[in-house]
Amino acid sequence: MSPAEITQYSGGGVIGVSWLMIALPLAGAAILLLGGRRTDRWGHLLGVAMSLASFVVAVLTFVALLGRDPAQRRLDIALFDFIPAGSLDVKMGLLIDPLSISFALLITGVGTLIHIYSIGYMSHDSDRRRFFSYLNLFVAAMLLLVLADNYVGLYIGWEGVGLASYLLIGFWQFKPSAAVAAKKAFIINRVGDVGLAIGIFTLFATFGTVGFKPIFENVGGASAGVMTAVGLLLLLGAVGKSAQLPLQAWLLDAMEGPTPVSALIHAATMVTAGVYLITRSSPIFEAAPTAQLVVTIVGAATLLFGAIIGCAKDDIKKGLAGSTMSQIGYMFLAAGLGGAVGYVAAIAHLLTHGFFKAGLFLGAGSVMHAMNDEVDMRRYGGLRKIMPITFGTFMLGYLAIIGIPPFAGWFTKDSIIEAAVQKHWILGAAAILGAALTAFYMSRMVFMTFFGEKRWEPDTHPHESPANMTGPMILLAIGSVFGGAFLVLGDRFMTFLAPVIGAPGPEYHGFQPLAPPGIITFVLVLAGIGIAWTMYGKRPVPVVAPRGSFATVAARRDLFGDALNEALFMRPGQWLTRVSVWFDNRGVDGLVNGLAATIGGTSGRLRRVQTGFARSYAMFVFVGAVLVTGALLLVGTL
Amino acid sequence: MISAPTIEYLEIAPLLLVFGAAIIGVLVEAFAPRHLRSAFHIPLTLLAIAGAFVLTVLLAVDKTRTVAVMGALAIDGTTLFLWGTILVLAFISVLLMNDEGQFVAQAAAVPGSAEEQEAVLEGQAQTEVYPLALFAIGGMLIFPASNDLLMLFVALEVMSLPLYLLCGLARRRRLLSQEAAVKYFLLGAFSSGFLLYGIAMLYGYAGSLDLAKISAALGTVSGMDPLLVLGTALLGVGMLFKIGAAPFQAWKPDVYQGAPTPVTALMASGTLVAAFGALLRVFWVALGNLDWDWSPILWGVAILTMVIGVILAITQTDIKRMLAYSSIAHAGFLLTAFVATGGPEQNRVALSSILFYLAAYGVTTVGAFAVVTMVRDTGGEAGHLSRWAGLGKRSPILAGVFAFFLLAFAGIPLTSGFLGKYAVFQAAVAGGATPLVIVGVVTSAIAAFFYARVIVLMFFSEPAADGPVIAAPTVGTALVVALAATVTVVLGVLPQPMLDLAGAAARSLFVY
Repeated sequence: MSPAEITQYSGGGVIGVSWLMIALPLAGAAILLLGGRRTDRWGHLLGVAMSLASFVVAVLTFVALLGRDPAQRRLDIALFDFIPAGSLDVKMGLLIDPLSISFALLITGVGTLIHIYSIGYMSHDSDRRRFFSYLNLFVAAMLLLVLADNYVGLYIGWEGVGLASYLLIGFWQFKPSAAVAAKKAFIINRVGDVGLAIGIFTLFATFGTVGFKPIFENVGGASAGVMTAVGLLLLLGAVGKSAQLPLQAWLLDAMEGPTPVSALIHAATMVTAGVYLITRSSPIFEAAPTAQLVVTIVGAATLLFGAIIGCAKDDIKKGLAGSTMSQIGYMFLAAGLGGAVGYVAAIAHLLTHGFFKAGLFLGAGSVMHAMNDEVDMRRYGGLRKIMPITFGTFMLGYLAIIGIPPFAGWFTKDSIIEAAVQKHWILGAAAILGAALTAFYMSRMVFMTFFGEKRWEPDTHPHESPANMTGPMILLAIGSVFGGAFLVLGDRFMTFLAPVIGAPGPEYHGFQPLAPPGIITFVLVLAGIGIAWTMYGKRPVPVVAPRGSFATVAARRDLFGDALNEALFMRPGQWLTRVSVWFDNRGVDGLVNGLAATIGGTSGRLRRVQTGFARSYAMFVFVGAVLVTGALLLVGTL
Repeated sequence: MISAPTIEYLEIAPLLLVFGAAIIGVLVEAFAPRHLRSAFHIPLTLLAIAGAFVLTVLLAVDKTRTVAVMGALAIDGTTLFLWGTILVLAFISVLLMNDEGQFVAQAAAVPGSAEEQEAVLEGQAQTEVYPLALFAIGGMLIFPASNDLLMLFVALEVMSLPLYLLCGLARRRRLLSQEAAVKYFLLGAFSSGFLLYGIAMLYGYAGSLDLAKISAALGTVSGMDPLLVLGTALLGVGMLFKIGAAPFQAWKPDVYQGAPTPVTALMASGTLVAAFGALLRVFWVALGNLDWDWSPILWGVAILTMVIGVILAITQTDIKRMLAYSSIAHAGFLLTAFVATGGPEQNRVALSSILFYLAAYGVTTVGAFAVVTMVRDTGGEAGHLSRWAGLGKRSPILAGVFAFFLLAFAGIPLTSGFLGKYAVFQAAVAGGATPLVIVGVVTSAIAAFFYARVIVLMFFSEPAADGPVIAAPTVGTALVVALAATVTVVLGVLPQPMLDLAGAAARSLFVY
């Protein structure tokens, strides 16, 4: 079955007002930012209320969508004429379809939970209101990103989440490390965003429009070369936003932001925008096999890269950040494989990952909250008994991410591995190896944090977190347990998404956990746990990290990602700057300064003519009159 | 036999109201006790101007298009637009005059003498400024409406003579002020001589002073070309002097600096509008068919005016002198559209752009001078630019508004100055004056330097320890600043109604 057609929706009902999803959190952000200190007392409540209201609208829209015939579930809602400028006529509208509503539910659902969690987590921060206004801004921008019916709207949302991410990473900007991390994230994202922007320009140049519907309907009319170029440019944008190779270096530093930010933006939602972009642009990628191949390669490389980094990190959040890179690598891999199976696997994993990774981050935040903001796992240990709820929810997330049946991650990751194996054995091997590494680093994290003896700093008194923090963790844990089965069993999600990306071909035989790849994966996962147990469970964990082998050191240093960036971007950039400055000083400034000096000098000399004597002024008038008369006589006689 | 002239009282009602009020003002001076005069003058003057404005609007709404007073005055769309503009500018300039710190206590007392001391101590005030201003404003109204050359000359003198006097009435630095007045008078009289001589020549050529008849004579009279050319040139000199075009600009900085600032505001806005209107009428109506001859000369004048204006502005250290040179440069920018004559449609576009520019520039100018009146030292206004350093730190709002006016002068988007400049340059390009526009853009870039320099000085320099104080503004001054800032924004952001108005007004210049 091919995708359903996008139809114009002009009816009323909740779908007609689905723009409220974006407007409500946007209004919340505006009120909190403009209201300033006056709103301090109730600002966080407003933030939660706006996010929750947005979630309610999303659920109602979802229900309304389910009530329609599957072929009628792709609705375009026209809002207003955004940029009417000659041949560039951007009409803003929303595209409500199974794909966008899935994202909207994830964003508003997980977003609301994290809003609630933040009430407790940020309760000691004097700037809590500002924090909530940024969170609301993020939710609004992210919803615009996934709901817009054209690439310009998507781009605005794309930049909006980038801005929110920048503001939130640098939320504690008094810490130089946070300020630098925010800048780093922003600048690296620039590189990707330029790619996306050029991609959109190319689309406009090719199709004369930026709307999804007209572009996707006419993909067949464009040359394969153009489609490949567009695909690669979009991929560049996706790679930047989703922290994939080679633009991955910002994500680890982004952990400088408050933990709820890491959970919401840098794990569950924003970093998955790249996957959304590729899936949304599936007609383009389906027409550009080369671009698809590059997507799979990027995904496979990053999933190993992130996993290796995760194995060596002692900072619990950076460990999770490496893991996020790795899991998004899986999604890229699946999205690059293409076809209904690939996209569904990617989005399904994205959704379950949203739950379990957000849960893990909130768990990590809960631990940090208890441990005086300590992030070094070598200073943890034995927290199992003291923080039972955190431990329990973290364990459920852990089981989900490493893919133990029947937890959520098992279903969705196994789908990806199967699809990868079918495509090419190298991709399959990478995916399976990644699963084993995941089991290792996540087990290491669990053992170092919750098991073993106490290695706390002297004056730490850990305690379980308050209910407004544990509540969201429990809800996310429930998603980590049942989400995968719910989506994958009976191909429920595949059927739901079919109007967007079509149904799989006849060679698809459903979810097959007992096929050889699944079994191999499972065995390797157990092996990973075992190795972690021998290294970090059985043996005591030293408080100071041992020197480690070259591989460990490399992984600790993010596999030299920063060095690579410096060599590839920073040094040439600095060199270019120096050349430009030199040229500017010598060439441009020389010219300009010379010119300015000439004008200034002329001015100084001419000024002396202004003697202040009426007689000399009268002389000027007279000479001027003679000149004008003479000239006119001359012209008149010519 | 001499028949009595017909006078269309209704059509010239705004003029009659202004002159009537001026005469009443003189009577007030003659008969009212000294301490009551201000109380009479201020409402009288403001009401007369406001009333004249209302009458002008009524005439405009009525679509009055006629030649009044035996062909001496042309009441057409352009006249009405200029009247409205002049009256608004006059109104806000008069609001600035209501400030006792500005005008001399006893003009007849020798500066520094005992009599002066006495007059100051007694709290005397030279309240003649109000009727004088009204006469000048009346002259400004007639000047651009004059449909024959005799009327033109009379209007010029009615406008100028009170201004000569007003220039000498500054309360502080009286010698500078009196020097300015004398210079202005001498040079003004000199240039009036040129103008009058030019009128005589043209009469000799055409046998009539009526603009339409001169225009008609251009095609029929032959063998008298030297008279025509000499007349055109001398007439042009006299009028270019009034708008301060180079090489007749030398009086402007001295006079603007020396005159009391409210008078400077009136001259820089109202006089410019009136003189430009008159220049337009004479050259486009009477000498329109001669534009092949005068256009190249005015090209040169425009270029010279723009270049001299901006280049000399760079090295000015006095704020009022800087604004004077800026005014010279703006006259040059206006001339670029002035020479861009062509077919009727082109003329209409050029004229409407000039009208818009005059209105926008005039309001911003009065606003800028209003700010100048508020920044004061012990000896009066702090004219020297160094005294403005760090003003942004002491009173950010005032400095911000002034910076905004400067940006409008520089023609930065979202200000009225940008649209005005855009309009005249666009008209000039359409009229084939692209080289002029290139000069205009280059000089605008140079001009941006000295405007930005003041902004930098205000916001990025440390304030001097004994820096000037910001005088608590009178209600009038505050109103003027607020109004000018609002108009500058509105015309920059929502210019269409005003552009439409100017366009409609430009549709009917050529009333015969």
